Amino acid sequence: MAECFIYDAVRTPRGKGRKRDGSLADATPLRLTDAVLGAIRERTGIDTAEIDDVILGCVEPVGEQGANIGRLAALNAGYDESVPGFQINRFCSSGLEAVNLGAAKVKAGDADLIVGGGVESMSRIAMGAAGGAWSTDPQIAIDTHFVPQGIGADLIATMYGYSRRDVDAFAVESQRRAKAAWDGGYFAKSIVPVKDVVGVTMLDHDEHMRPDTTVESLGELAPSFKKMGESFGFDAVAIQRYPEVEKIEHVHHAGNSSGIVDGASAVLVGSAEAGERLGLKPRARVVTSVSIGSEPCIMLTGPAPSAKKALARAKMSVSDIDLFEINEAFASVCLLFMEQMGIGHDKTNVNGGAIAFGHPLGATGGMLVGTMVDELERRGLGTALITLCVGAGMGTTTIIERV
Amino acid sequence: MSIIEYKVEDACAILTWNDAGRPMNVLTGDALAELSAGVERAVADDAVKGIILTSGRDGVFVAGGDLEQIEKMGSGPIDAEEMLRRTGAVLAQLRRMETCGKPIVAALNGVTLGGGFELALACHHRILVDAPYAKVGLPEAGMGLMPGAGGTQRLPRLIGVQGALGLILEGKQLRPDQALEKGLVDEVVPAAELIPAAKKWIAEAGEDAAVQPWDRKGFKVPGGGPESPTFAQTFMGSNAMIHASTYGNFPHAKAILSAVYEGLALPIDRAGKVETRYFITLMQGPVARNMLRTLFFSMQSAQKGARRPKGFDRFEVRKLGVLGAGLMGAGVAYAAANAKLDVVLLDRDQAAADKGKQYSETRLQKQLARGRMTEEKVAEVLGRIHPTTRYEDLAGCDVVVEAVFEDRGVKATVTKQAYAQLGPDAIFGTNTSGLPISELAEASPRPESFIGMHFFSPVERMQLVEVIRGKQTSDETLAKTYDFLRKIKKVPIVVNDARNFYTSRVFGTYITQGFSMLLEGVKPALIENAGKTSGMPMPPLSLADEVGLDLMVHAGDQLRKDLGDEYDPGVNAPILDALVRERGRHGRKNGKGFYAYDDGGKRLWSGLGELFPVRDTQPDPAEVERRYVFAQCVETARAIEDGVIESVEDCDVGAILGWGFAPFTGGPCSYMDTFGIAAFVAEADRLADKYGKGYFEPPKLLRTMAAEGKTFY
Repeated sequence: MAECFIYDAVRTPRGKGRKRDGSLADATPLRLTDAVLGAIRERTGIDTAEIDDVILGCVEPVGEQGANIGRLAALNAGYDESVPGFQINRFCSSGLEAVNLGAAKVKAGDADLIVGGGVESMSRIAMGAAGGAWSTDPQIAIDTHFVPQGIGADLIATMYGYSRRDVDAFAVESQRRAKAAWDGGYFAKSIVPVKDVVGVTMLDHDEHMRPDTTVESLGELAPSFKKMGESFGFDAVAIQRYPEVEKIEHVHHAGNSSGIVDGASAVLVGSAEAGERLGLKPRARVVTSVSIGSEPCIMLTGPAPSAKKALARAKMSVSDIDLFEINEAFASVCLLFMEQMGIGHDKTNVNGGAIAFGHPLGATGGMLVGTMVDELERRGLGTALITLCVGAGMGTTTIIERV
Repeated sequence: MSIIEYKVEDACAILTWNDAGRPMNVLTGDALAELSAGVERAVADDAVKGIILTSGRDGVFVAGGDLEQIEKMGSGPIDAEEMLRRTGAVLAQLRRMETCGKPIVAALNGVTLGGGFELALACHHRILVDAPYAKVGLPEAGMGLMPGAGGTQRLPRLIGVQGALGLILEGKQLRPDQALEKGLVDEVVPAAELIPAAKKWIAEAGEDAAVQPWDRKGFKVPGGGPESPTFAQTFMGSNAMIHASTYGNFPHAKAILSAVYEGLALPIDRAGKVETRYFITLMQGPVARNMLRTLFFSMQSAQKGARRPKGFDRFEVRKLGVLGAGLMGAGVAYAAANAKLDVVLLDRDQAAADKGKQYSETRLQKQLARGRMTEEKVAEVLGRIHPTTRYEDLAGCDVVVEAVFEDRGVKATVTKQAYAQLGPDAIFGTNTSGLPISELAEASPRPESFIGMHFFSPVERMQLVEVIRGKQTSDETLAKTYDFLRKIKKVPIVVNDARNFYTSRVFGTYITQGFSMLLEGVKPALIENAGKTSGMPMPPLSLADEVGLDLMVHAGDQLRKDLGDEYDPGVNAPILDALVRERGRHGRKNGKGFYAYDDGGKRLWSGLGELFPVRDTQPDPAEVERRYVFAQCVETARAIEDGVIESVEDCDVGAILGWGFAPFTGGPCSYMDTFGIAAFVAEADRLADKYGKGYFEPPKLLRTMAAEGKTFY
C-alpha cells in the first residue's frame, strides 16, 4: 500500500464562540474555511485543480454550515470547480476523521492529493442545532442510557477517583502550557489570521485563553452539570448503567472543560509522487488511523481503546510514541487516558489544549494534527499519537511520524 | 338499538349510551358500531344541527376499554396484522365522528376514563358534570398499558405535549376542576344543566365548530410540536425522568413516549397507527398481562370477597374499637372514620389517645388546605373519633382492632379487658406482623371470634390487609372480617397462622439477600442500586436503616428466646452486632446506620468498607437483581407448599400491595410463570449451589410443577 504524507497543516485562531464578544462571530463559516483553504493554496503554490477532494468535518451541519459545506467551502475559496467536496460528522473527531479519510484514499491509490479538516462556528450555529434522535427518541435514549456528555465526564471522575482538585490542577497546567507555547511562538508557523471582506484582520490569536487561572480561582466555579444531573434524572440514568456508583461527584465546570469557540482547520495530505511532482516537501507521514465504539452512556472513554488499537495496527507500543495529544474535552477524559495508557503529563498535551484554546467541534481534529507536526519538528522528535473522545461513545486515533 | 338510544330534541340528536348487559359502559366493538350508526343517522337528518353524546348510566359516562377482552388477548399469541386492522377500524370510526361535518358535544355525566375519554376527545366539545364522582383521564399506565384509541395523539394536540405526557404516563384521573384547568374539558356544569348546556353550545355553534383544532389551517401543537426546540427538550427531559423513575422496567412508559414522539410528526389520520403498533408491543409482552391480572382483576376480586366464606349474611359494622393510638392504631381509626364508622380510640392515657386523633386531624387539615374537603366534612370525620382511656366505651363495638406494642403480655392484657365489654357478635382483630395468632387467641374468651389483621403503614395509603386465620378462627369471623375491611376500603388476603405469616416471611428474604451480599464483599452501592433496578421500592440497606437496626436486634433477641436451640442467627447477627452493639449505629433514627445522615441527605457510611471489605471482582448487576427476585419467589413457593397461603392471586396481590414487590412482574407467582417453572427451578438450583440452599433451594412443589408442566395460573 502507498504511503500518505502530510504536506501542510493550517488553522485559524480560535475565537470565543459568543455573538456578544467573539472576534469571529461576524465571520460566516465560509469565511473561516476561506482562511484555511486559501492558506493551503498560497503556502504550497499548487494549482488547486490538482486537489482530488476537500473533506471537512462539521458537527452541526445545518443552516449556513449545512448542505455539504465541504463542496461550498472549496467553491467559495476559489478552488477550481473540478475539486469536489463533502462534509462528514463523527462528532468531536470529525476534523481528524476527515484527515484520516483523505489519507486512506491516498493510501488506497484512489487519490493523490486531498485537503482534510473541519469547521465550526459555534457562535453562529449553536451546539445541538442539528438535533438528532439520541437524546429525544425514547427508543434509543432509554436503551442506551443517554445522558449529556458532561455527566459522562463527571462519571469518569467519580469512577476513577479524580477529585475536583485533580481536574482543576490539570486545567491550570493546560492554561500555563498554552501561554508558554504562544510566548515561545510555537504556533506561528500554522496559524492563519481570519480577515474580513475588506482585508482587515479579525483575529490572529487564540482569544479564549485565561493564563492567570489558578487552582484557587477555579475552585470558586460552580459545577456545570450538577443541577442537570440531579434535577432532571440524568445522574440516576447513568447510575442505573453503573450501579456500583453511589453518587456522581460533579467536578467539571467551564474552567476545566473545553471552551466554546469558532475556528477552521485544513491539512493537505497526498502521495509521495504527487509531492514530488508538485515540489512539496513532506513533513510527516500518516502511520495509521482508527476509530472505535465504546460504551455510550459514559461516552468519553474511547481514546485509550482507540489508541491501543491504533498502536496494535501499527505494531508499535506506547514507548514508541514521543508525544501524545488528547483533545481536552474535559479534564477527566485526559486524566483517564494518561492512566489507561500508562503515560505522564510530560509527554501529553505539551502545549496545552482545548481547556485553554477551546474546542471548535468539527475543526479540532485537524488542528491537533498541525500542532503535533509543528511540535515534532520543533523538538526534533519522531512520532505522535493524536486522539479524541467522541460523542455517543467513540474514539478516534491517528499516529503520525515526522519525516 | 340496544346500547345506544337515539332521539332528537331541539335540533340536537342525543345519543345516550346505556349498556344494560354490563356493570358499566365500556368501549366495545358493539357499542362503537351503534354509535357510528347513530352519528350517520344524525348526519343524514337535515333537522339535526348537532349531536350530543351522553350516557344513561348513573355517574358513569364510559369507564374505559374492555379490560376483560384485553386480558384475554394478552394471554395468547397476538396476530399483529389482525389487530392493526381491527384497531384501525376503531380509529377510523372516531376519525369519522370528528370529521362528519356536524358538531358533536360530549356531555359527560360522570366517570370518563380511558377509552371513554378517548371517545370524548374525538368530539368537538366536552362538558363535564360538576360532581365528586366525576373523574376524567387516561389511567391505562397504571396497569402497564397505554391508550389505544387515539388518546396519545389527540390529548397532546389538545393541551400540549408536556402536559399530556405527564397525565398519560402517570395515568392521572382528574377531578372536574382539574380537568377544566388543564383543558381536558371545556365546561364544568351542575348535573341538571348538562344537556341544556350541550344544546346551547350546539345552538350557538358557528361554522367551524365541527372542525377539530388539528384539522384547522395553520394548526400548531400548543407549546410546540416536533418542529420546535421545546419538543426536543421535553423529550430529552422526559426520557431521562421516566427512565430514572421506572428503571426501564415498564415497557408501557417507553411505548407511550414513543407513540407521542413519533405520532406528533404525522397527520392525525396516520398517527393512530403509530399508537396501535406500540400498543401491540405491550400486548405481546408479559408485563401488561401480568399487571392487569394482578392489579385489576385479582385485586378487585380480593376486595369483593372472592375468598369470603359463603353462607353468612353481610355483617353491618357501625362502631369500631381501636386499642392503642400509636401510628398503626391512629391510621386504622382515620381510615375507618373516613368510611363513616364511629371509632373508639383507646390508649393507656388520655394524652396518647388524643394524639392518635391528632393524626387524623393533621391529615384532614391538609385535605382541607388543598381544597379536597370542606370544613363540615372535616368536622364530621373528626366527630366520629372518640379518644378515651375507658374500656367501657368499647361497649357496642362490632369490631375491635388491637394495635398495641408487639408484646405478648401487653396484647393479652388489653385483649381480656376489651372482650369484657363486647357483645357476642363482635369480632376481635389483632394487628401483628408476625406473632402467632393462635397463641394470642389464648387471651380471648371466644377464640373463634379472634383473627389476625395485619395492617400496613401508613394505613390510609396502604390498601392491603393480611388476614390471618388462627386455629380456632371461625368461618363466620373470617366473613365478618371481609365485610369490615371492605367497608373501610381495604384489600384483604387470607393466610394461615405460621411464623411471620406470608408477607413478612417473604419480604424478609429481600433484606437478608442484601445483608448476605454485604458479607460476601459486594459493593454496598451495587447492593443498593440493584435493589432499586430489580423493582423494589427501596434498597435493602436503606430499608433496614428505616426499620431501625436496633429494632432488628430486638426482634432477633425475641426470636432467640422463642426458638431456643432452633434459632439460626444467619447473616443478620454479624452485621447487626458490628453496627448496633459495637458502634451504636441504630439506623436513620440516630442518623447512623448503613448510611450516614446529615442535613444534606444521606451517603453510605464510609466505615462500611473496613467492616465488610469489598471483593475485587464484583457480580454482574443482573445477578444481584436476580438474587433479590428469586429469593422472594422461592420463599413464596415455600409458603404455598407449607399451606401458609392458598390462593395464587392473594400471593401476587399481597406481594405488590404489601411490600411493593416489582409490580411489573404481576407478583412472584406471575413472575415464576412468566420465567417458566422448569427454567425457574433450574435457575434457582444454580443460585442455591452458588449462594446457599437456604435461600434458593426450590421446594418440592416447584419441582413437581416443573415435571408436570404446570403453572400457577
